[in-house]
Amino acid sequence: MTYIFDGSLAGLLSSVFEWFERKPGQVILKSTAIFQPEAFAESLEITTDTSKADRIWLGLQKKLRKDWLRKFYCSYLSELPEAYNHLFQFTCYIFMQLQGAEENYGNAHVMALSKYAKSVEREKHRMEAFIRFQETADGIFYASIDPDFNVLPLISNHFKNRYADQQWIIYDVKRKYGLHYNLNTVEEITINFSKDTQQQKLSPALSDEKEQLYALLWKDYFKSANIVARKNTRLHVQHVPKRYWKYLTEKQLS
Amino acid sequence: MFDRIREKLNILADAAKCDVSCSSSGGTRKNDNKGLGNSHTSGICHTYTEDGRCVSLLKILLTNHCIYDCAFCVSRKSNDVKRAAFTVDEVVELTMNFYRRNYIEGLFLSSGIFKNADFTMERLLLIVKKLRLEQRYNGYIHLKTIPGASDELIKEAGLYADRMSINLEMPTEAGLKLLAPEKSHADVIKPLAFVQQNIVQFGEDKKLIKHVPKFVPAGQSTQMVVGATAESDKDIMYTANAFYKNYSLKRVYYSGYIPISNDNRMPILGTQPPLLRENRLYQTDWLMRFYGFQVQEILNDENPNLEVDIDPKLSWAIRNMQHFPIDINKADYQMILRVPGIGIMSAKKIVQARKFGKLRIDQLKKIGIAYNRAKHFITCADSPYQLKDYQGTQIKAFILAESQSKYLKTAQDQLLLF
Repeated sequence: MTYIFDGSLAGLLSSVFEWFERKPGQVILKSTAIFQPEAFAESLEITTDTSKADRIWLGLQKKLRKDWLRKFYCSYLSELPEAYNHLFQFTCYIFMQLQGAEENYGNAHVMALSKYAKSVEREKHRMEAFIRFQETADGIFYASIDPDFNVLPLISNHFKNRYADQQWIIYDVKRKYGLHYNLNTVEEITINFSKDTQQQKLSPALSDEKEQLYALLWKDYFKSANIVARKNTRLHVQHVPKRYWKYLTEKQLS
Repeated sequence: MFDRIREKLNILADAAKCDVSCSSSGGTRKNDNKGLGNSHTSGICHTYTEDGRCVSLLKILLTNHCIYDCAFCVSRKSNDVKRAAFTVDEVVELTMNFYRRNYIEGLFLSSGIFKNADFTMERLLLIVKKLRLEQRYNGYIHLKTIPGASDELIKEAGLYADRMSINLEMPTEAGLKLLAPEKSHADVIKPLAFVQQNIVQFGEDKKLIKHVPKFVPAGQSTQMVVGATAESDKDIMYTANAFYKNYSLKRVYYSGYIPISNDNRMPILGTQPPLLRENRLYQTDWLMRFYGFQVQEILNDENPNLEVDIDPKLSWAIRNMQHFPIDINKADYQMILRVPGIGIMSAKKIVQARKFGKLRIDQLKKIGIAYNRAKHFITCADSPYQLKDYQGTQIKAFILAESQSKYLKTAQDQLLLF
């Protein structure tokens, strides 16, 4: 039996509710985006129902400590098709066991969630490290990213607390939405880029006059801090994988 | 104007790079004045240089003018290098603007000693005060304590800095006397102990009074140069251990010596820096701090130096085969930690997971242990029955045969014959 849900968190939680209501035995959860009808397997389309989802979420809050709720949410943000199924199975497992079952790392779903959560948290941490703001002429600090996982909801607080006295925008180019901090609150925004605007790097016309200087000083500093006698490219690439180089001011040629 | 600041930054960043301390962890400052910056408990490495070392702080000297002549230091008085000095405002501007662009996690400020210790310490204090009070900066600040500066200055600096450090430079007093006759370990110990007393004092006050200012919340650290003089690994680690114990240091850094001069007291120019040795020392440091090892277990009179081809944990296990194999499903956490191939995270997961049933090989692999290494030292629910009792040396051979060390491919300190 296959359950099909719309890909939302509420949809995922609703399908858990449906499973407990119907008890259809072994089920696989797939999102509509990847579902392919199979010849010999039944499938059921789950309608997302927020009240059902809320009940499941309340139940989870009673069963799980905060750190595991976070792992659950992080795994959801990974947006991986397999992760949805693991989340579904994990939730069913947690509800059927006594308190504390999330510590059973021998269970495949528990282990899977802890791995997804680790990947997502790592990506979140990388974004906290690798985002480079460029100051625009009107004093807004802008950065664009395209992270492997949907980590914007996770990094919002970090940047809000850290850069409380400057306006900033972090834009996810891949998922086409971003965050804007207006000195009070963080809001979700979408930008309509015209075709030929560069989303990664601000054009000199748009950026603050000091921007060039500090970018240059930073590149100089990056070069000075290197010790040539200890060159270790393998370690360097391991820490800063090449896919992130496009964000990094110090890795740009000009 | 631009060129001058660029040149200064190049000179003063270059002179500071041999200070290896980079961590930005342990800060507790919150952005509660709607200023700039908020500490991240675990620290953030914002980028990595091409030698693979992390860059989390803007690491600069205030000046590289120095009245001392230490043989291992680039900025020594007798060395013919360009000298420069930042003004207070330049350091503040650089820090604020780098921080705003998310380039850095904070400032690491050190300095050559010009005029005298107090004069230098006053300048450093001026910068941190300006950052904290005028610019409302709450990011990380790592400040060098200048040995010989007055207690009042050091104490005041401690109120604004997150971490303070003084470098031991050489692991033994004899080594230091050889290369820097003007300095001694006692000069370092005095301010280190003074800051430590104050950290304890402020901590005690905090228990009684609600609003006590922070005093060096991220603790103190120190650094030793490795491979400039002929200390054994045992000398180095025993010194490190004593400093961890006596002054509750957060970190001791080991910096492989990179030849900078043709001084005949030290390795000649062009010698490879002892990177592998440095790595083994850090591994030992971690075993001491996080894995519950006593330094005497790893290094003692029979084994004064760490093995080069295998890591210290494996080396210990092979010398102490009487403790192994252990049963993963029964052994204490402390013993599981000592198994080569099992780290802290995996050990914790194992202890939690075995409450739900005996663990099997496939589960251990999924939990994330290096099974091929650990299998010689553990048994679990479905371990294959083994008739032979292998010697430590045999196990070492098995592990070396199937592992590919990233170091062995690069030649050791091998002489060229032709």
